[in-house]
Amino acid sequence: MAEATIRSAAASRPGPLLRDLLGLGLIALGGLAGYLLFPDNLAFLTRLISVALLVLSLDLIVGYCGIASLGQAALYGAGAYTAGIACLNGVTEPFLLVLIGAAAGAMTGLLMGAVMLRAHGLPQLVLSIALVQLLHEAANKASWLTGGSDGLSGMVPAPLFGVFEFDLWGRSAYLFGLGLLLVVFAVLRLVVRSPFGMLCRGLKEDPLRISALGIYAFPVLLKMFVISGAVAGTGGALAAIATQVVGLDSVSFELSANALVMLVLGGIGHLYGALVGTVIFMALEHVVAAANPFHWMTLVGAVLIAIVLFAPRGLSGSLDQLAGLLTRQGGRAGR
Amino acid sequence: MQTALSIAMDAFAYGMALFIICIGLSLTMGLMRVVNLAHGAFAMIGGYIASYVARDLGLGYGFAILLAMIGTVLIALPLERLLYRRIYDRSELSQVLMTIGITFCVIGITNYIFGPTLKTIPLPTGLAHPIDLGFRSIAGHRLFVIASGLVVAGGLWFLIERTGFGIHLRAAVENVAMARALGIRTEIIYAASFALAIALSAFGGVVGAEFLPIEPYYALRYMVTFLVVVSVGGAGSIGGALAACLLLGAIDVTGRYLMPEFGNFFFYLAVILVVCTFPRGLMGRARSHG
Amino acid sequence: MTPVFEVSRLSKEFGGLKVSRDISLAMAEGERLALIGPNGAGKTTFVNLVTGRIRPNSGHVRLDGEDITALGPEQRVRRGLVRTFQVTRLFPDMTPEEHVIMTVLQRHGKAARILARFHGDSEAADEAADVLATLGLTEVARRKVGAIAYGQQRLLEIAIALAQRPKVLLLDEPAAGVPSADTPRIEEALARLPASLAVLMIEHDMDLVFRFARRVVVLAAGELIFEGPPADVARDPQVREAYLGSYAHAGSHA
Repeated sequence: MAEATIRSAAASRPGPLLRDLLGLGLIALGGLAGYLLFPDNLAFLTRLISVALLVLSLDLIVGYCGIASLGQAALYGAGAYTAGIACLNGVTEPFLLVLIGAAAGAMTGLLMGAVMLRAHGLPQLVLSIALVQLLHEAANKASWLTGGSDGLSGMVPAPLFGVFEFDLWGRSAYLFGLGLLLVVFAVLRLVVRSPFGMLCRGLKEDPLRISALGIYAFPVLLKMFVISGAVAGTGGALAAIATQVVGLDSVSFELSANALVMLVLGGIGHLYGALVGTVIFMALEHVVAAANPFHWMTLVGAVLIAIVLFAPRGLSGSLDQLAGLLTRQGGRAGR
Repeated sequence: MQTALSIAMDAFAYGMALFIICIGLSLTMGLMRVVNLAHGAFAMIGGYIASYVARDLGLGYGFAILLAMIGTVLIALPLERLLYRRIYDRSELSQVLMTIGITFCVIGITNYIFGPTLKTIPLPTGLAHPIDLGFRSIAGHRLFVIASGLVVAGGLWFLIERTGFGIHLRAAVENVAMARALGIRTEIIYAASFALAIALSAFGGVVGAEFLPIEPYYALRYMVTFLVVVSVGGAGSIGGALAACLLLGAIDVTGRYLMPEFGNFFFYLAVILVVCTFPRGLMGRARSHG
Repeated sequence: MTPVFEVSRLSKEFGGLKVSRDISLAMAEGERLALIGPNGAGKTTFVNLVTGRIRPNSGHVRLDGEDITALGPEQRVRRGLVRTFQVTRLFPDMTPEEHVIMTVLQRHGKAARILARFHGDSEAADEAADVLATLGLTEVARRKVGAIAYGQQRLLEIAIALAQRPKVLLLDEPAAGVPSADTPRIEEALARLPASLAVLMIEHDMDLVFRFARRVVVLAAGELIFEGPPADVARDPQVREAYLGSYAHAGSHA
């Protein structure tokens, strides 16, 4: 009889799907609120969305596969530069540019994964840094292609759907970005709940167990690097389309490190944390760094230390714990 | 020929400066298994103290080095007790985050106190001029750095291989529980090694200031270089660190001389190739089975 | 009849220290064999050699007549050489059901699919439910593994192994750490393992060995020193020397 209950329950699992729809609704709502409340800061908010995509992509590597990376901006920058160069060469359709950026990110992810997965621990971390620095140097030197230290500029993407211009106010760019974020987020929720996603979680916790099931880790992890690269590349392409500038900072160690800080601030391993962390970090940076960039560094440093000591699961992890406590108490009271 | 020789001398001196800074990091990582990204921050603190002592107080270069080492250790020891001890057995990611956090704080605070400008450490006249070696002359400072590096390498080798402290240290590395059972106070060994590592990094920060100038972003700018040296050499190995420093120093300096337009491109390419070929480092210890 | 599993003259040394010397043994289909030995006899090394975690210096491992000595651990598992772990290696945040589904999906070649829902494969879910029911784990199938009893975790280890449909099963101390009240459940599960499956059990507990195996091999100082029915083990002078000698040795240190 108990077996029968298992089977019938396996047939219908509405919980997670409903939660995802709710989550998507909340993100859409938050995004639209940003649109209405800060109409003068849409350029900043669009940049925030593109960085959120970068942080999401990093969560796939760090949070779901357990691989620490300080070079994620390599994937973001690859998407940004490729989309930017394509745009300057006559490919102006925004959706196509995003696809190009995602493909470039995925290719770079393939390369990065193939290199990083050769090592473990500190050497692996060093490889991630060396890769982003290598790309940074390459982008700096190939100025005929990338504009060097001046960056790439002068891109004029075609209007969205042939109607909505990417104008000075950035309304089209922002809504375009928000739509991209929603699509990517929905896809990633499906990815992390697929057999593949479960396997990655398993590899993060105990590679030996997975190997004893007869499963090779390398192709699985490499696949995640490719997906991660596509997501980061999408973020980069969005930045290129929206700001119409691509600078060397988009493929830098600093951006990579900041992305990691944002992810950890929000909490690793469940996608929502990536969004929460990005919003809080960039909003604070917008305010504090504008006043004094060095105070900003001190603050970020102190926050990092505090997180490691007091909230290892990040803000959303702590919120989860809090919510868990509350509902458990509520449940008890109900009984 | 002259160019080749002067490149070689420069590369040798630069590699030795790197070695003095990084060897402490390599040893603490081999010993305590902590990925300490803040190591460069301590070298930078040493540089600032030396600059203050030599330039603002007008004391000699020797005093500057000594006070820099003592002062940096005094700053670092409380950090070891309050922060580092809590991450010794935490995940790598936690260690990375905590030590990046410390680095950011040090940068922010240093800039608040000393400002963003570059700090120099005036050299004594004996080191500021070229010294004639017979076949050619070489900047005295370069010679001093090379000699210091050799002394540090030899001294560490002697300390670890030939002294009672070294025996305890190696015992603690091999098997902490066993070492404790034998009555070795491992936390004192750890603290002493940490202090030694920090003192060396401060020393390296001062004598290497000609190659790696002292400014607030120092801790972040060269973080990568230091980590690269350790992971290429293999954590915990003096010979490995020496080989890595000389190799990477040679690649870096030669690259800058011959192809300055390519900046660090070849440096990072070499790093990727070496790490991919030797994932455990040039002379890293293979992790034992078990 | 060719043995389903065969180890011939397997040797391994670490830095001059011989931890396995010339180990040879063969198992027929459906056989129940136990490998015992005092601490430090080289059992862990033997398991690692057989599963492909470490490479031998010489000797061969054959599965179903095929030489698998050069194959890595994953390939050996795929060919039907499956192991359980002495200390359970499970994912505390996943449920027993999820562990077994993942295993079944892997056998079906679907473990790394992206365009599918993990819980959406009813074939795999049904098979997992069957395996879990066989081992009496249905009630806890949906709880987090971190929240179920250790005895149940051990049963889950066996469930995962069975879901892999092995030809040869290596049970590494299947009852280690289980409170004695729960060992009967483990033994019951072991007694009901498929009859055609060749099972090599590595075990300390002699009572369990006596009830489970019809043949015993003894490993001491990296060598097989005994092979025969369980009833003869205790009478063998070499085995007595190996066990009692090691205790006398340990005693003199204490």
